[in-house]
Amino acid sequence: MALSVEEVVSKTKEIVAPWKDRQGGLIPVLQAVQKEFGYLTPDAMRTVSTEMRIPTAEIYGVATFYAQFHLKPRGRHVIRVCRGTACHVRGSLKILDKVKETLHVKENDTTEDLRFTLEPVACIGACGLAPVIMVDDQTFGRLVPDKVPDIIAQFE
Amino acid sequence: MALYRAHVLVCGGTGCVSSGSEGVLTALKERIAAKKLDNEVMVVPTGCHGMCEMGPIVVVYPEGVFYCRVTPEDAQEIVEEHLFKGRRVERLLYKESETLKGVPNYKDIPFYSKQVRVALRNCGYINPDNIEEYIVRDGYAALTKVLTEMQPADVIAEVKTSGLRGRGGGGFPTGLKWEFCARAAGDKKYVICNADEGDPGAFMDRSILEGDPHAILEGLLIGGYAMGADEAYIYCRAEYPLAIKRLQRAIEQAKEYGLLGDNILDSGFSFDVHIKEGAGAFVCGEETALMASIEGQRGMPRPRPPFPANKGLWAKPTNINNVETWANVPTIIRNGGAWYAAMGTEKSKGTKVFALTGKINHTGLVEVPMGLTIREVVFDLGGGILGGKKFKAVQIGGPSGGCLTEEHLDLPISYESLTAAGAIMGSGGLVVMDEETCMVDVAKFFLEFTQAESCGKCVPCREGTKQMLLMLNKITSGEGTLEDLDTLEELALMVKEMSLCGLGQTAPNPVLTTLRYFRDEYEAHIVEKRCPAGACSALLRYIIDPERCRRCGLCAKACPVSCISGDRQTPYVIDQDKCIKCGACYEKCPFDAIDRR
Repeated sequence: MALSVEEVVSKTKEIVAPWKDRQGGLIPVLQAVQKEFGYLTPDAMRTVSTEMRIPTAEIYGVATFYAQFHLKPRGRHVIRVCRGTACHVRGSLKILDKVKETLHVKENDTTEDLRFTLEPVACIGACGLAPVIMVDDQTFGRLVPDKVPDIIAQFE
Repeated sequence: MALYRAHVLVCGGTGCVSSGSEGVLTALKERIAAKKLDNEVMVVPTGCHGMCEMGPIVVVYPEGVFYCRVTPEDAQEIVEEHLFKGRRVERLLYKESETLKGVPNYKDIPFYSKQVRVALRNCGYINPDNIEEYIVRDGYAALTKVLTEMQPADVIAEVKTSGLRGRGGGGFPTGLKWEFCARAAGDKKYVICNADEGDPGAFMDRSILEGDPHAILEGLLIGGYAMGADEAYIYCRAEYPLAIKRLQRAIEQAKEYGLLGDNILDSGFSFDVHIKEGAGAFVCGEETALMASIEGQRGMPRPRPPFPANKGLWAKPTNINNVETWANVPTIIRNGGAWYAAMGTEKSKGTKVFALTGKINHTGLVEVPMGLTIREVVFDLGGGILGGKKFKAVQIGGPSGGCLTEEHLDLPISYESLTAAGAIMGSGGLVVMDEETCMVDVAKFFLEFTQAESCGKCVPCREGTKQMLLMLNKITSGEGTLEDLDTLEELALMVKEMSLCGLGQTAPNPVLTTLRYFRDEYEAHIVEKRCPAGACSALLRYIIDPERCRRCGLCAKACPVSCISGDRQTPYVIDQDKCIKCGACYEKCPFDAIDRR
């Protein structure tokens, strides 16, 4: 369900409104925009720029600096493969390879059917269960590569 | 409060939740209700117990019986046997690794018996969503003491006496840092809690945030009063959704109870706390970068001075401390600085939380007095190396730390001793490595991380880490020269010396320590084109031993690139030119006839 430009603009204005005259609002605004639309659309970024009176170049600079912001549409589910130290020494590279092989997708990329986005992440702080992956908000630990397809199959 | 004859504590930390503790919680409640015990037994979801490996964890009080790896099906047995009939469920007890005997009591488990919990004192004991449970455990007593009996200068003096040093890694004396900020001119000041825990392999901050959020609020309040700040920010990683939720809840409750907001406890002191979600940048753990991020800019560090104590957030005097540091503050005030200073070594006082991970039997969080040896932590608390393998190294301090060897096992842990050995205390991640871990690969792993997270502002870090990584890649793919090692060392020292912030200044540590203690492994990669640990796939050779080969042909079937030939008469052989080193044959062979070198 694609939103029209007007809808994106008016929704973005709503998000910006409480931050208009306050300091330090850019990151929370971008976080809210991304939560609303799934990623930072060009229309939304332009609206943020005019509303908050911040140059688009600066907004682009901030958006590309942080790993959390995305300028492209994302999959319905996000698979985060932990590549932290504890997971690394317990074989997380093999888990990552298995996910890539199962979904035919590269790191930080989305499957063509927009079902999954694959993101290697530095550490999700569940080192006790290494190696770990997260699908959306669910954590799966003590993995071996053979468990990966079953986990993926749980998400449509 | 109603009285109960038994309390059942179910761990709700991230580790246990992902092992299924929520199902256990529901099952326990259902069974207890079905047995009509709900007036006598209370079920409490708590924060992390630290022994994540053994999760989901259930502890039954008053006896303090510790059950591990509990499933929803086991819940029924716990209710019927333990709570109804009063008999322990032996099968679910923690088993001592040598005798396999069940250890019934929490306190007798070796993992816990050597611990001294100050920062973690409430984690696993209380329901973090309930302020009353925090208050019952002397929560907010320190705040009351400070507001009613102490002058700001007394508070700072007490923290100085305690000898507490920054637990985020820097190790700067906390009291001194507070004093700088208190003395700075300006009527508007800020305090910040750095909860941007980014070191891979460290999760103590997460545990405290999730298990005892009020301790952080109380710490901030005390710090705010001491330094004359009326506003605080908690900068928390967005990757920790549960921590953020619990903090928000804690802030709301503290406001309801009049412990946050205007004119707290009629003292005239007002204080407000905001949560800022990080957006995914490791460098934001650096204090000036963190403040830039709160201000809504790219999180890039700036040169110091001016120090944040004089010119910090929005150019106002600001104090930043890490989660673990703040969590220590209320107890220090309550028990006195001298009490805290009695623990630890001469220069490193008190306790420190370590995250034990890697190839170790009991992964999890431990809090021990400074000055314990690495051996005590890894072997006595951590239960030794996984699968009885040989200890090789322990990596301390995350990507900024270093790898220490067997000869350092008896080193007492302190800020000074670790720095002298080439590592750092860092946030307290201890990643244990066994003989199958390649140290060159580990150095490369950390450098890949710091290289990707380098913000790009200063040249030594941006370009230097890149070139170092290229050299390590060259070495692990078997194309390195001995000269590369000298260049690598020279460059590493240069990056360490000349980078702008802590990230670049410490990024070479993993490379420098592995070069110092494991140079032979680098040389094996270069001279013999061999990875002694068998981890660098480009250097691996899979070879079928013709003597042991029974010619079953399973390896040839498993090979995805069909590079294994042979038949019932001739032993199978791997064509090394075509082999992609996937290891499929190695895993399939039923006779262990394939060697990996």
